[in-house]
Amino acid sequence: MGKTLTEKILSEKSGVDAQASDIVIAPVDLAFVQDTTGPLTIRQFQESGRSKLASPQQSVIFLDHAIPSPNRQLSNDHQSLRSFAKETGCLIFEGGNGICHQLVAEAFANSGDIIVGADSHTVTAGALGAFATGMGSSDIAIALALGKTWFRVPESFKITISGRFQKGVCAKDLALYLIGMLGADGATYKALEFGGEAARNMTMSQRLTIANMAVEAGAKVGIFPSDNVTRKHLAAQGRGNKYKALYPDTDANYEQTIAISADELEPMVAMPHTVDNIAPARTLTGVKVHQVFIGTCTNGRLEDLATAASILKNKKHHPHVRLIIAPASRQVLTAAIKAGYIQTLITAGAILLPPGCAACLGLHQGVLGDNEVCLSTANRNFKGRMGNPEASIYLASPATAAASAITGEITDPRKVI
Amino acid sequence: MPDMILKGKALKFGDNISTDLITPGRYAHLRSNLSELAKHTMEDADPTFVDKARPGDFIIAGKNFGLGSSREHAPLVIKMTGISAILAKSVARIFFRNSINQGLPILICDTDKIDSGDEIKVNLTKGVITNSTSGIQLTFGKIPQVMLDIVNEGGLIPYINKYGDFKL
Repeated sequence: MGKTLTEKILSEKSGVDAQASDIVIAPVDLAFVQDTTGPLTIRQFQESGRSKLASPQQSVIFLDHAIPSPNRQLSNDHQSLRSFAKETGCLIFEGGNGICHQLVAEAFANSGDIIVGADSHTVTAGALGAFATGMGSSDIAIALALGKTWFRVPESFKITISGRFQKGVCAKDLALYLIGMLGADGATYKALEFGGEAARNMTMSQRLTIANMAVEAGAKVGIFPSDNVTRKHLAAQGRGNKYKALYPDTDANYEQTIAISADELEPMVAMPHTVDNIAPARTLTGVKVHQVFIGTCTNGRLEDLATAASILKNKKHHPHVRLIIAPASRQVLTAAIKAGYIQTLITAGAILLPPGCAACLGLHQGVLGDNEVCLSTANRNFKGRMGNPEASIYLASPATAAASAITGEITDPRKVI
Repeated sequence: MPDMILKGKALKFGDNISTDLITPGRYAHLRSNLSELAKHTMEDADPTFVDKARPGDFIIAGKNFGLGSSREHAPLVIKMTGISAILAKSVARIFFRNSINQGLPILICDTDKIDSGDEIKVNLTKGVITNSTSGIQLTFGKIPQVMLDIVNEGGLIPYINKYGDFKL
């Protein structure tokens, strides 16, 4: 019988003929931590009595969640992460370089790789045809020490996306629609494998947005075939030689097959306080927003800033709205400056934050006040996520976010473009 | 070897208890000061939780417990409050693995049969949950052998320290 993408990667890496529900041990191509999960990872690594990494050049620390540091405790955590990098020879990306998942896509991930990270949105690299999944600090500590880990081979859902996105509809709208359809636990332990005409036509940026949100339906990975779009992305990032085509077998076995028509999608919003609580943006007119946040590993890429800039060009943000922009990486920021998007966004009244996670997880740089509403392009709207359990978070695309920043209320972007 | 028995009372929660409710991101600066971090366990789901929890007690949850972030601090602080096991209808993938890696048993069962305050006894070896208050017995879903071995050793780090590698 044929294999899914997931079964193919785990079979090749583990050296056994792996099928869904098998348990395999496989080497990892990359293991990483970020600054809020890294300190516990170091502690667990040290408790394992080890001092050497299996492969320092495949081990990375990213400082992205709390940069520049908002307080002394997190500054001290950064110090201990720097010391660990010095002692072990692992790679470290200082604050300002960008969000771990964006940097993994830019600098590390290749199709067919196994990538594990101490951050749930590690699934993002599935856009490049990698088996990429989030784990906790103990698992990453052992992956760093041994260069391998164990996996239960997940059953796969085939998500076939036909047609094309209509004007004003973004990859984010598809992701929200899919999570609404599956439910926040609808794909727990499963692999989401994307295919179909619309998936083939998606840019790498769009694929990264969709793979990023696979975990919001509970999935272990969200993975795209490795094709010409992947090849171009790798070539543009200076590692075209790493490209290999990777597709599922036509007779692969899927637990479920789901068909979505991109033509029929409209701008969607996830309402408080779960990501599967979705509604079309047009039905939420009148919901006032105090803050609009455009950025994160979900929607902080160049195409996202281009979308926002095209809507905000020669416009001003609503006087009651704080408009916050955080590019996903230094590469994104530099390109956005060159393209004039940053000029446009700042002229429209945006506050520009350094490349990093920024306001997404409630540490700093945009913590909400009591009873405030934020419309965010992030991937999570859990109660308390943005630092205040008395606030509410709605999730949407960069187009919906930009349109809402102008009107001061949740707005279907098709009304303003 | 005698059966592994856990005993305590039920502290009940609903569906979709996220890691942000278990250990909020706004306390990330306390993650290298675990005893302080543990004082805020479950704070956004039930601010009285830390005062109520007694050693041996159980968290009883609905579906999709622990969804969200990969922060292993979530099961770690729950364990630090003295909770002996989590019983839920279903559990998010990363949290499940993290909980086992912290040596905190997490059992899938029909938690509708348990009310807050019920006296619960779990026989981990035999796979039986007894609600001593109502007299109802429940069974829990099997977990892979590798996870049983890890939880039996008290977590992933002691497991690796003992065996030096994964053993399947």
